[in-house]
Amino acid sequence: MSGAKIRQNIAFSVLGAVTLLIVVPILLVIVYIVVNGAGAVTWSFLTEEPRSGMKAGGIFPAIVGTILLVIGTMLFSLPLGVLSAIYLVEYARDDLFTRIIKLSVVNLSGIPSIVYGLFGFTVFVLLLHFGTSILAGSLTLAIMSLPVIITASKEALESVPFSYREISLSLGASKWQTVRYCVLPYAIPGILTGTVLSLSRAAGETAPILFTVAAFYLPRLPRGAFDQVMALPYHLYVISTQVPNIPLSLSFATALVLIALVFLMNLVSIILRAHYRKKRLW
Amino acid sequence: MKRLWRRISEPIIELCIRVSGLAVVIFVFLIFLFLLRDSLSLFRQYPLGQFLFGRKWLPISEPPQFGVIPLLLGSVLVTFWAVVICVPLGVGSAMFIAEVAPKALKNVLKSFVEILAAIPSVVLGFLGIIWLGPVLRDTFHLSTGMCGLTGSLLLAFMALPTIISISEDALTGVPRSYREAAFGLGATRWQTLWRVILPSASSGILAAVMLGIGRVVGETMVVLMVTGNAPVIPTSILQPLRTLTATIAGEMGETVGGSEHYYALFAVGLVLFAITFTVNFIADLFLRRARR
Repeated sequence: MSGAKIRQNIAFSVLGAVTLLIVVPILLVIVYIVVNGAGAVTWSFLTEEPRSGMKAGGIFPAIVGTILLVIGTMLFSLPLGVLSAIYLVEYARDDLFTRIIKLSVVNLSGIPSIVYGLFGFTVFVLLLHFGTSILAGSLTLAIMSLPVIITASKEALESVPFSYREISLSLGASKWQTVRYCVLPYAIPGILTGTVLSLSRAAGETAPILFTVAAFYLPRLPRGAFDQVMALPYHLYVISTQVPNIPLSLSFATALVLIALVFLMNLVSIILRAHYRKKRLW
Repeated sequence: MKRLWRRISEPIIELCIRVSGLAVVIFVFLIFLFLLRDSLSLFRQYPLGQFLFGRKWLPISEPPQFGVIPLLLGSVLVTFWAVVICVPLGVGSAMFIAEVAPKALKNVLKSFVEILAAIPSVVLGFLGIIWLGPVLRDTFHLSTGMCGLTGSLLLAFMALPTIISISEDALTGVPRSYREAAFGLGATRWQTLWRVILPSASSGILAAVMLGIGRVVGETMVVLMVTGNAPVIPTSILQPLRTLTATIAGEMGETVGGSEHYYALFAVGLVLFAITFTVNFIADLFLRRARR
């Protein structure tokens, strides 16, 4: 074997080892949580309220809270994100203004989650008098989710062949009719994939909901959009740092439920993507 | 009737689309504006110089001191070590995924990276408290495992998906002809990767590193949970320290609305905003250059 070949083998082995160094901890993290948490995830854990200062009972209110937040986030961010992507792809000219919008998308995605929390707190909780509520939290998470939804929708819209638009326009359809009937339907799968992915991220976020929605301990279900709720990630934060002597199995079980929920949403987006890719027309 | 409806509805929808296009710009502007407004409220009572260059963060002592330096250095130190750990790992495995791994393995590895990206930060923080912290404490014989290094390791882990996926895009984006030319000259795959592909992808990889840094600087929950919350000027990564993000998250709940302390936290937020804005702007410049 020549020297170059030997060097190649060594180099590729090193790269392989580096990759292994990343993959193994990922596996370990998942296995560690599943092994330690699975025993405590029972039906009653999922459906009961926390009892005796969160040292016993379940996490039902936190699960409901997180699901409500995800739905609320979607209600605000999906329409806004899709319309904004439609603007960028179908309406915007290639000028300075469009560059500013694109740069804003990049910067919005880079703003730390805790800064969203601060913003949501001053604007939604205080200025608009929503109080710490599902509404304030959903709006905060929605702004945070916007960049991902816009980017995904933009890519989905751009992937629709240009000829679709030309044909529609040549038949006398208006701009909006073309977008509505000849572009959007084919972009929906990509949009949904990106949306579910960004919502799964919103479900796992803690920092933006710290001061906008999360209740430390609230063993009942919310009655409206202006109520506080418990949320899974915040609950995990609380029981692992703020309250002493919580049985470790409860923390592990909460972490497991949170991870399961997030993975489930990721799985949905992967299945959606695979399903529609098969049916794609071009 | 239908035609009339269309004549009314279409302009309305198109207006909505145009306004939505503006929304992102408005949000970035509003976030900046509100941070600025509340920060200025601080600087009316507390000198800007003492905030920017003050070496002590003592928000509840009498008189309070809001020097941002300890927090800034905390963030810098944690970020520095996280980057030192995750850039070689991330770029190395991106090289492996893009150029070495066969297709089946490539897909498996990519889904692993996606799984990592999906793990909520609070879960990693929890693992830092109950597992990584104690392990590091025993390994380095520290008084506490809740220190900068625990945070750096977890943050490095969290920044990997960003660095890997963007670097991999950059590597795969290098034109085929470059490879073919190198092979044609008798270069091995490794020589081609190291001497041709990696340099051509350097802009994209730098962008990946910048975005990774942005991610690490802005991450809140992990550092809040595992770095020990000591707002003092850190002298070693093995000591407890406190970052900008953790300060906001940890102290906001204890402040009184409208107090100096409350406004000081917004000023910290403004510093954070300025840092991530700059980092992302640079990343965007690199990405733009990479695309050309």
